[in-house]
Amino acid sequence: MLTILFDGVAYGMLLFVLACGLSVTLGLMNFVNLAHGAFAMAGGYAAAILMNRYGVPFLATLPAAFAFAAVLGVALERTLYRRLYGASHLDQVLFTIGLVFMAMPIANYFLGDQPQAVRVPGFLSGRFEIAGVGIGVYRLFIIAICGAIAGALQAFLIGTRFGAQLRAAVDDRRVASGLGIDVDRLFAITFAIGSGLAGLGGALAADVVGGIDPSFPVKFMVSFLIVVAIGGSNGIVGALTGALLLGILDVAGKYYVPSIGAFIIYAVMVATLILRPQGLFSRGGR
Amino acid sequence: MSAGVAAGAVAAHLNRGARWRPIEFVFWLAIVALIFVIPSRALLINEILLAGLFALSLDLVLGYAGIVSLGQAAFFGAGAYSAGIIANAGLADPLAGLVIASLIAGALGLVTAPLLLRGSDLTRLMVTLGVALLLGELANSNSWATGGADGLSIALKPVLGLFPIDFRGQRNAALYSLTVLFVLFALARRLMQSPFGLSVRALKENRLRSGALGISATTRFIAIYGIAAAYAGASGALVAQTTGLVSLDVFDFHRSADVMLMLIIGGAGYLYGGLIGAAFFIALKDGVSSATPEYWEFWIGLPLVVLVLLGRERIRAAVVNVFMRGASLVGWGGR
Repeated sequence: MLTILFDGVAYGMLLFVLACGLSVTLGLMNFVNLAHGAFAMAGGYAAAILMNRYGVPFLATLPAAFAFAAVLGVALERTLYRRLYGASHLDQVLFTIGLVFMAMPIANYFLGDQPQAVRVPGFLSGRFEIAGVGIGVYRLFIIAICGAIAGALQAFLIGTRFGAQLRAAVDDRRVASGLGIDVDRLFAITFAIGSGLAGLGGALAADVVGGIDPSFPVKFMVSFLIVVAIGGSNGIVGALTGALLLGILDVAGKYYVPSIGAFIIYAVMVATLILRPQGLFSRGGR
Repeated sequence: MSAGVAAGAVAAHLNRGARWRPIEFVFWLAIVALIFVIPSRALLINEILLAGLFALSLDLVLGYAGIVSLGQAAFFGAGAYSAGIIANAGLADPLAGLVIASLIAGALGLVTAPLLLRGSDLTRLMVTLGVALLLGELANSNSWATGGADGLSIALKPVLGLFPIDFRGQRNAALYSLTVLFVLFALARRLMQSPFGLSVRALKENRLRSGALGISATTRFIAIYGIAAAYAGASGALVAQTTGLVSLDVFDFHRSADVMLMLIIGGAGYLYGGLIGAAFFIALKDGVSSATPEYWEFWIGLPLVVLVLLGRERIRAAVVNVFMRGASLVGWGGR
């Protein structure tokens, strides 16, 4: 029972890191980015290749995965995404679906359709028991890292000047730029951090989901969207709650009632959206 | 200008689109001809026609009512499974199965439509997607009815007792699909010229102002969504009947995404867009996937990204402009 809760929390934390970038672009900036999973895939691949071909140790591949996805994110943001900030949601959906359709064959072409494994080093594998609760070391590691990231992000967004500027720019772009805030730069940095975290999440998730393969962006797109939809537009706290809820429900659902599998999380999502169309944590008036 | 003349001008303006133009006859006759000229490609033509019907249903939702839906596959799948289950329960007449399956899908649309009345575009996107995923999971877990991952295979009587539509009668199947498509298309065309259709378009253009004119958004959205769901159900049922198979992929996200691409390629909001886009999309997919079977998605994604970056409206205006010039040269007149 508690073991399942623990696994659920670990999975939820992982989803949080994967999806928190999306919760900023989609939840705060109101940009529908269905291609978010492609950045996670890029990070996962970067980690897998560094490790398998060049023998880089696991812990060193994590920052590399972050950096690779962040650079990719900022490059795409500067060249393509920024043109569509003011476009209709339909255009954004079409554009990002197009990107996903391109990302999957590109990955397939260069890296093949076999899942690329990221092997967790010895000191992070295995499990131990505390008072009857089985705890996987790697899952504990995930919870620690992702929890730290969540805390840091929240502090960053609430406590720093950058965070305040971002919140202002999201609330009213025109007024913010009128006040001398460089909104373009702000969004680019935010996008880079969000993509980078997705990449880091991809690298961390590779072991849990059985390797990174070209269908990753589509397989997890729905989960990301659910996190944002449940969390609503309240940035970090909302996304974290949504991710934990989803992770726990998913793991518990698959364990206790495997016959209806993913039914539970979809039902919860639809129910949430019916009761609270703006998500559980909305800031009203949007 | 007196009031009577003004009213007459308005009526003339509204009726202008109601008359079938010569080029439309040419369009439909060309399809019939195509089926007889190249019967060896009847399977592909059938696929295009049914995808076109599916895209037509999305056009009603997206192009006319302005609801961004990523879950039209919900109704497609409901129609397909209904047709399959009905056929296997002993009602092997295709037409009866088609009608019942469409009605079931339409009812499902009416039931889920109220969920879309609140919230933003994003909420609607997620709810439509969620409904399709939910139904997919339901079909997966209730394998006693749906066959689960193995799917259903269907055996049907010939249409009207005369024309077998299984693998021996691919041309019959294409003609059957074309007939249903044409009837439903003509119905949609008529509907969109009716006061109901005009008021739905008014709501899309300016919801606040239409509300002030006394047009109720709620009932119209529910009605148009239900109708579109029935259309999607019909296309799903036809796919099930003409291929003799229903499998879990009818609820896939891919299906909802593909149909949206078809509609966007052809242009939303004038009914023919879905058909043209479906022909383009499936011909492209067929051509590219025989050349590079693993990477065909790339060649669907690339034009889409370019299309959005260049601006859909601008491209469409250019195409329409060229087309109208060509049409006026041969004496068919403009709009």
